Amino acid sequence: MNNLLSTKDMSAKTAFEILDTARELARITDGPNKKLPTLRGRTIVNLFFEDSTRTRLSFEAAAKRLSADVINFSAKGSSVSKGESLKDTAQTIEAMGIDAVVLRHSSSGAAQRLAESGWIKAKVVNAGDGTHEHPTQALLDAYTIRSHFPDHDRDFSGLHVGIVGDILHSRVARSNAYLLSSLGAKVTMVAPSTLIPTGVDQWPAELSYNLDSVIGDLDAVMMLRVQSERMSDSYFPSEREYAHDYGLSENRLNQMKENAIVMHPGPMNRGLEISAAAADSKRSVILEQVANGVVVRMAVLYMLLGGVPIAGGSEIV
Amino acid sequence: MNDVTLKNARLADGSIVDVKIAQGVITEISSSIKADGPVVDLKKNLLLPGLVDLHTHLREPGKENSETVLSGSKAAVHGGYTALSAMANTSPVADSAGVVEQVQRLGKLAGLCDVFPIGAVTVGLHGEQLAELSAMANSAAHVRIFSDDGKCVSDPLLMRRALEYVKSFGGVIAQHAQEPLLTKNAQMNEGIVSGKLGLTGWPAVAETSIIARDILLAEQVKSRLHICHLSTRGGVEIVRWAKSQGMSVTAEVTPHHLMLTDELVESYDPVYKVNPPLRTIDDVHALREGLADGTIDIVATDHAPHAAEDKDCEWSAAAFGMIGLETALSVTATAMIATKLMDWQSLAIRMSTKPASIGGYVNHGLIGVGAHANLVVIDTEARWKVDRTQSLSKSRNTPFHGHELTGKVTDTFFNGVHVLANSALTGNKYE
Repeated sequence: MNNLLSTKDMSAKTAFEILDTARELARITDGPNKKLPTLRGRTIVNLFFEDSTRTRLSFEAAAKRLSADVINFSAKGSSVSKGESLKDTAQTIEAMGIDAVVLRHSSSGAAQRLAESGWIKAKVVNAGDGTHEHPTQALLDAYTIRSHFPDHDRDFSGLHVGIVGDILHSRVARSNAYLLSSLGAKVTMVAPSTLIPTGVDQWPAELSYNLDSVIGDLDAVMMLRVQSERMSDSYFPSEREYAHDYGLSENRLNQMKENAIVMHPGPMNRGLEISAAAADSKRSVILEQVANGVVVRMAVLYMLLGGVPIAGGSEIV
Repeated sequence: MNDVTLKNARLADGSIVDVKIAQGVITEISSSIKADGPVVDLKKNLLLPGLVDLHTHLREPGKENSETVLSGSKAAVHGGYTALSAMANTSPVADSAGVVEQVQRLGKLAGLCDVFPIGAVTVGLHGEQLAELSAMANSAAHVRIFSDDGKCVSDPLLMRRALEYVKSFGGVIAQHAQEPLLTKNAQMNEGIVSGKLGLTGWPAVAETSIIARDILLAEQVKSRLHICHLSTRGGVEIVRWAKSQGMSVTAEVTPHHLMLTDELVESYDPVYKVNPPLRTIDDVHALREGLADGTIDIVATDHAPHAAEDKDCEWSAAAFGMIGLETALSVTATAMIATKLMDWQSLAIRMSTKPASIGGYVNHGLIGVGAHANLVVIDTEARWKVDRTQSLSKSRNTPFHGHELTGKVTDTFFNGVHVLANSALTGNKYE
């Protein structure tokens, strides 16, 4: 694997290799000693041009558990505020000797640009680019779904996943729609028409404006965070109306299938897109998603920096 | 220096003639002229009136690191242009007689082609208050085209006033049709690709709604409207309707909108970032049809040079714009003539005669006895590969780098002065 930029062109085979590797890493590190020597001597930089405590911490934990050295860069208080560009920042940091860049950036396409522009030689992991993609989030979501539906370990067909909320501005929605559908799942996106991107009929997903008509058929529902500025931009009239039509209320929670799970990429707006009842219910796998994020990112960094995919029983050094 | 006889020139109608030029003016056109001075043998290459651009960003004053009037003039001549129209969005903005006269003077100093300044419609391009249009019209620069290009005159009352006001001196308002509220933070064409890439869309309706409004405003006050860089099928259809009603509107299309589509943005390479954005293949076909049937009157480059650092960055940080003076003729020929949608005679009208008439550039756009010898020579059969490093512009932001194009400009004559020969500057200039 050269870079991880998106899930759009990722084959199911590659995705399952990452998920298998993650599962094996989880097994091996499921003890008092969580650390493997695999990436000793390698340096990974977390290049974060946008605030994101949880994603950065998750990547940092993943790298450290593989014994890599980690440098954290965040735009706040750095020379970026003095006008230094992505190119100059990346080149400056690469000159310090790094093997991989984990990039979070507010500009869609920033990771692809960094990987393909020839600015640096280091490998690039997209940790979220604007409103484009967030591939490791989709991988950890797939990992989480897989762990709850063991009958679908090699094939997600028959599973129905709903992605609900601000699809237009969501990199999580894009990455999940591509990845989960390529693994075989049926994906339905649910949102008011104002929050649906143009051309969505070309996506490998169904579309619905009505959560109530879909909720009872879902095996997993993924609630997206709604940014408060969407309301001021008139994407919907009020938070109350949004919560009424698209929030995961207790009532909707109770209509879900017996084994269905509730997911959220975090951070949550309790009372808006998700009720406390749903967030804290036994269906909720939101904290599992966080835990799975670390092993999935370990797998990505491991495979990116030269490791071969591993399945159960193999030795990792 | 501007006495020369051109032998074996092929005119757009196919006839082969000799053309005698004295004191920068064509004095004779006939099948055989006995030359009594310098001779240039055109070897049956095509001779057209020099190209006229109504939409050029020369960046001077203010951004001389990306282009100057001189470097832009060199690029123009390299591309077969003998007249440019310098857009007003410089720094300071060309919204006063002083600035337009400065730009015109710099053009004269360069001496490679005519540089006609365009005046801003509103003070500072802010869209709030009319600039001193009459002062610019009556200045030494004789401004006739006014535009806030880069920004839309979005206030309908201000647009109405501007259209009315320029009537008294035969001016025309060139509108950058972009409803700003519909294009807040827009990064590319709104469509399948923008949805996929997560880039904020620039919807076609932001263009068509302004075009429709302004056509009706111009009709209401009986003034002249010119639509800059038409980019959508809907825009073409509205202009076609307006013309069928006899309304006074003209429109331009850029070469890049005749050739490129928004799918190129999937690379996230900002060389494809331009305003209005690259549209869909359906729009490209509509623009080509519109140019062929005359709905779109002219080709204009929207030559927009940018320094390397403004393009060598992530998409949203990059500047909008592409250079185009040196590739315009070849791109248009490749899009329109190689596809048999148009012939060279029509191309000469769209790239020279008609823009000269819209701008009131009386010394351009014609080949005939008594006309100024502003001429371009084209090897119509040549196929060549665009190499951005060979550009005479100060900037390198061409989206056509590596493209193979048909038809190449070999020679340019400005008031009879042979300023470009064998596709290279001669060093001659018109004093």
